[in-house]
Amino acid sequence: MQITSIDDLQKAKVGGLAQLYPPKPKILVGMATCGLAAGAQRVYDLLHKKAQQEHWEGVVEKTGCIGICYQEPLVDLIIPGKPRVTYAEMSPEKAEALWEELAAGRVPEKQVLARMDVDGMILDGGPRKLYQGKLKGFLAKVPRYEDLDFFKLQRHIAMRNCGFIDPDNLLQYIARGGYFALYTALTTMTPDQVIQAVTTAGLRGRGGGGFPTGVKWASCRKAKGWPKYVLCNADEGDPGAYMDRSLIEGDPHSILEGMLIGAYAIGSSEGYIYVRAEYPLAVKTLQRAILAAREAGLLGTNILGSGFSFDLKLNLGGGAFVCGESTALMASIEGKPGEPRAKYVHTADKGLWNRPSNLNNVETWANVPVIIAKGADWYRDIGTEGSKGTKIFSLVGQVKNVGLVEVPMGVSIKQMVQDIGGGVPEDREFKALQIGGPSGGCIPREQWDLPIDFDSLWDAGAMMGSGGMIVMDNSTCMVDVAKFFLDFLIDESCGKCIPCRLGLKRMRELLEEFSSGKGSLEDLEELQSLSEAVKDGSLCALGGSAPNPVLTTLRYFREEYEAHILHHKCPAAVCKELITYTITPELCNGCTACVQECPQGAITGTKKEPHTLNSALCIKCGACFEVCKFGAVAVA
Amino acid sequence: MITFSINGQEVGGEEGWTVLDVARWHGIEIPTLCHHEAMEPFGACRLCAVEVDDGRRTRVVISCMYPIREGIKVQTETPRVANVRRWIAQLLLDESPQAPNIQELAKSFGVTPSRFKKTGVESACHLCGLCIRACQEVVGVQALTFGNRGVLKEVTSPYHRRSQDCIRCGTCLYVCPTGAMEQIFPLVSSE
Ligand SMILES: Cc1cc2nc3c(=O)[nH]c(=O)nc-3n(C[C@H](O)[C@H](O)[C@H](O)COP(=O)(O)O)c2cc1C
Ligand code: SF4
Ligand code: SF4
Ligand code: SF4
Ligand code: FES
Ligand code: FES
Repeated sequence: MQITSIDDLQKAKVGGLAQLYPPKPKILVGMATCGLAAGAQRVYDLLHKKAQQEHWEGVVEKTGCIGICYQEPLVDLIIPGKPRVTYAEMSPEKAEALWEELAAGRVPEKQVLARMDVDGMILDGGPRKLYQGKLKGFLAKVPRYEDLDFFKLQRHIAMRNCGFIDPDNLLQYIARGGYFALYTALTTMTPDQVIQAVTTAGLRGRGGGGFPTGVKWASCRKAKGWPKYVLCNADEGDPGAYMDRSLIEGDPHSILEGMLIGAYAIGSSEGYIYVRAEYPLAVKTLQRAILAAREAGLLGTNILGSGFSFDLKLNLGGGAFVCGESTALMASIEGKPGEPRAKYVHTADKGLWNRPSNLNNVETWANVPVIIAKGADWYRDIGTEGSKGTKIFSLVGQVKNVGLVEVPMGVSIKQMVQDIGGGVPEDREFKALQIGGPSGGCIPREQWDLPIDFDSLWDAGAMMGSGGMIVMDNSTCMVDVAKFFLDFLIDESCGKCIPCRLGLKRMRELLEEFSSGKGSLEDLEELQSLSEAVKDGSLCALGGSAPNPVLTTLRYFREEYEAHILHHKCPAAVCKELITYTITPELCNGCTACVQECPQGAITGTKKEPHTLNSALCIKCGACFEVCKFGAVAVA
Repeated sequence: MITFSINGQEVGGEEGWTVLDVARWHGIEIPTLCHHEAMEPFGACRLCAVEVDDGRRTRVVISCMYPIREGIKVQTETPRVANVRRWIAQLLLDESPQAPNIQELAKSFGVTPSRFKKTGVESACHLCGLCIRACQEVVGVQALTFGNRGVLKEVTSPYHRRSQDCIRCGTCLYVCPTGAMEQIFPLVSSE
């Protein structure tokens, strides 16, 4: 279908709405990578087969990830005139049971997670109530999404369509207000007005640095040179972070539309999306979205009859973390090794092929249509003084609820960990939140009222980064944490500049000494000054921020470093060289479980008598500790 | 003419000059390792670090690439700069404690080998890239390239094969500031 005018858009929207909320039942299966990893494909296949075999009146469709990754696979049931109901932790067997219920004309009750009464549809003229009247019986008792701890504080703006639409379906995107913002920008706003709106909205880059997006666009607009390039950074190399992947897999057109609006504002007609090659589904989803947009005329020449032209290419990432850095990314698109270069001349002036270029992150782009559609003032109302809007975090680590979380800027660490995350395991204590990816920082419990926004995190020595968040409890050793992140960064350093290539390695060597109880307080000072030298001296922000984990743990957990160095103790009992395993005879009942686990044969004893552990043989693997049900193995 | 200051001294230069260009013109010492007049700056060694106050903020930049701007205040010997340089010298010396050129450099910063120093025969190559740039920019062939990344990064020939492009001019040997090319050359040059 060609979409070249507002009439076409309206028609597409009507068609799309009829698919989103058809007058017949609909089953949605969450099939982003996280869902697939949990087995969503088999669930989908089963439901799809059943629907075909039994000539079901309804439809079975796929959708993206709504964020509750710990409950996946998810299946949603949308029955006309009823709230949408979400079922969690599905399997083919459970899906079959669900199907039986459905076929018998009942609303399935097993595996239910939540119901949704209202679809927010933020871009499309306000909320859509899914049923009329009062709910009775089972459905009335199912908690609403907003009643779940995990969702209470969330607000999905960038993720507005994730879990609602079939990502491969352009009409469904349009049905939720998609591409109307582009139309508004192209037909009612000058490029400067678009830039003004983004500036007033206070949008800051979601890719790490938090640079004001409007300011960036304005300098690229002003820059001399042609052609100008608009780029999307979908390299997402942070281990454990997958918000960009999820946005792409759930709602690729929101990124395309954002880029189109940005290109119009900047005066560009060519763009690239640089996407990680290790994201096969995201790559395919983008390819399909680009094809669909091109076929519809939303990419190409004279878009929506406005005279504006723009087209996009996909570029598969080189696989290194550092390729996400802006200058390395551009070098990589040019076909050169993905190595950073000095940025004293801005990429807005001389970027890709030395032409003016504007790079933004996936999530940044996805926010743009919302700002145009809802207005800068609407957007500014969300968030804190210096950080507007929402941010997606991937919450992982020692909390109950893990997944993708989109919250207004300014939610506190405590809210994140306790309310959304559901807290650390019962017998543990929250110790620190590591935020900002591998070169982020660790913020301690004492600071857990800190609002999570760009500036507060920066002042605390951490950074927003792309939004990776790891919750740590008291079983975590901070020296060990610093080692862990340094190992990643040493592996990913491109090696071009000396402070990063050799400095990080030396920092790691110093940490290794500490974690085996060697070193002195002077060495702590050396570590501090070396960290600062690497921060100040490195070429790119990889080296420039790599010392953050060390610097923040030194700042907030200095006594833990000192315990290692001065008392040869690892308070969290993690650093192997400093811990010993012993058996407490009073607690041991001689069950022999540990004897079978110990790979060293270090534990001996007679059945039903207290055992003994020969520490000379012990390699501190902790197998006995894990297996003992009576708490008789002690570690200190 | 762009005017600004280095260590409080009023200096000036033309559009396109770097801080290092102007400093050298005025006889102000800034140490360098990967810089060479005849080649494009590369920004790898970071020894030429200086502190620049551009009116908005003060930060450490590298003088061999930082373009001069009206009114900036450059300081070449602040504690932050000294810390960066001292560590670079220390790290280089520990990597190749035997290399005479590195020893000399280290001496000028007053650093001595630490307990982390490497032993055995080590390459003194510090990936300044001068040989590669000389080969490309001065000689006009591409006989040399970087291979690998991170701590394994190395100077090598394309595809790790002895290069057919090499004309054995010896320019790379001549520009190498550490003497490492002496060892690398036989492995990469044409026969
Ligand atoms: C080592 C390194 C890796 C980076 N990786 C990414 C990445 O994967 N995705 C991303 O959007 N930005 C990444 N960045 C930040 C980019 O350089 C750049 O600032 C960002 O894409 C700009 O977009 P924004 O203004 O919308 O945030 C990385 C930076 C560094 C130094
Ligand atoms: S800081 Fe690290 S990653 Fe960045 S250019 Fe230097 S060596 Fe490469
Ligand atoms: S597992 Fe525990 S109780 Fe059993 S023998 Fe080992 S220490 Fe004793
Ligand atoms: S061989 Fe010499 S010139 Fe080439 S990179 Fe190494 S140190 Fe520099
Ligand atoms: S001389 Fe400037 S970075 Fe090496
Ligand atoms: S001329 Fe550069 S290696 Fe021969």
